[in-house]
Amino acid sequence: MTTALTTETGSRLPGLLRRLTGDEKHAPSAHSTIDVLQVLYDRVLRITPETAGDPERNRFLLSKGHGPAAYYAVLAAHGFIPDAWLDDLAGPESRLGHHPDRLLVPGVEIGSGSLGHGLGLAVGTALGLRAQGLLTPRVYVLLGDAELDEGSNHEAIAYAGATGLENLTAVVVDNSSATHGWSGGIAGRFTVNGWTADTVDGRDHTGLYAALTGHRPRRPHLVVARVESKG
Amino acid sequence: MRAAFLDTTTALLDEDPRTALVLADISASQLAPAAHRHPDRVLNVGIREQLMVGVAGGLALTGLRPIVHSYATFLVDRAYEQIKLDLDHQGVGAVLVSIGASFDGSAEGRTHQSPGDVALFDSLGDGWTVRVPGHPDEVAPLLRNATATDDPVYLRLSEQRNAQAYPDADRLRVLRQGGTNAPLVVAVGPMLDPTLAATEGMDVTVAYTHTPRPLDTAGLRALAGTEVVLVEPYLAGTSSAIVSRAMADVPHRLLALGVGQTDLRRYGDPADHVRWHGLDASGLRRSISAFLRSARS
Repeated sequence: MTTALTTETGSRLPGLLRRLTGDEKHAPSAHSTIDVLQVLYDRVLRITPETAGDPERNRFLLSKGHGPAAYYAVLAAHGFIPDAWLDDLAGPESRLGHHPDRLLVPGVEIGSGSLGHGLGLAVGTALGLRAQGLLTPRVYVLLGDAELDEGSNHEAIAYAGATGLENLTAVVVDNSSATHGWSGGIAGRFTVNGWTADTVDGRDHTGLYAALTGHRPRRPHLVVARVESKG
Repeated sequence: MRAAFLDTTTALLDEDPRTALVLADISASQLAPAAHRHPDRVLNVGIREQLMVGVAGGLALTGLRPIVHSYATFLVDRAYEQIKLDLDHQGVGAVLVSIGASFDGSAEGRTHQSPGDVALFDSLGDGWTVRVPGHPDEVAPLLRNATATDDPVYLRLSEQRNAQAYPDADRLRVLRQGGTNAPLVVAVGPMLDPTLAATEGMDVTVAYTHTPRPLDTAGLRALAGTEVVLVEPYLAGTSSAIVSRAMADVPHRLLALGVGQTDLRRYGDPADHVRWHGLDASGLRRSISAFLRSARS
């Protein structure tokens, strides 16, 4: 049983998503992330269109740039982009592509799509904030379970854990899409390197909120958000 | 050149709080004093070159100016997609500083050689400034110049060097003036001395630059007659397309010399590889003479 305590933008999202995807069946990769994004943008992240350039803002990096419909819908719901942008996804005049580009879309922190880049950029961002004495903002980075296959992620997991990079939270949306799977669960790959981890139902907003704010001192934090299999 | 880089970087970290240094173990011990003074800005990620460049991208996104350093083959070849996506595609820059250019690591074999590094930067478009100093005294001013901006800069350090420094050779600097319409020989970085020796007594103009990107095409057009010879310390022909574009409306012939495409699968000293690739004075003289003779026959 899931709960949906997030309501600020929830009622607008289905309509916004339909503008992106039409009435055909929802693309699983686009919608696996919607509840995590909703909780992050409604309740966790301190980011608004007005503070999108503020050094003190929280950073949200979408590493899994595939199927960004939910991301675009949430950005529109929160006023970062006009709703009308959703009507021409990847069209010749569109600023919204099948993978997001930070130079084209307000509020987007990184351009992504090629898997295995967001976590390294997030580590660098977390280090850069710390080096400038910006100790309040957290860096959230969202990955997919199949994206963890990329070896570059494991460089970042090991380093962030070894150095206790405490202002970093990785969110892995697990829809069992990795070709060879992650037997024993994903969290162990992180905790063995010194991360703290919470594994929760990725549709349960109460559980997601607790996990996304459940980081502990001197350790990077992982949230595994389990959703229905991509199948 | 490596010592000049280490000294200058150490000083820059003390002077400029915007600078940061990202390492993947290479040169970490020499930079330990700097790391001790600036633990938040000197970041050794271990032997993780993809992460090294990704971290640099993240640092730059927060407004810092990262210097990133390793052997060319690991910094550029291995982490090429990170350079393309974590820096270029994000619209941020860094100062990438390599050592072990071309066949400096000849005794280590192909795994430690990267003659194609500058060609890889060409594949990224025209945003990168590429500096190829020919003398240790050119390193500090080029590094300081690079850290003062936010632009993407590649600084390619070598153990090959000329006898004299020309720190101001951003543009083509004439070091030997030939007669009217004499062939123009362009020497990049450490190729200057062998080029000057090779062309001794020939009626050619020899121009030097430590900055092949952007190449000084205005100077090239002003100095060139109908014959141009490129002498570059990386893959032969790397700059051919740029010269051809710059002189598209001028009838000309071009000879592009540099490191050959083939993996020789040989060890030996850098001097052996210089000879095998025809980049010593006598090899260059042979190639240039044959090219110029063929024009007149």
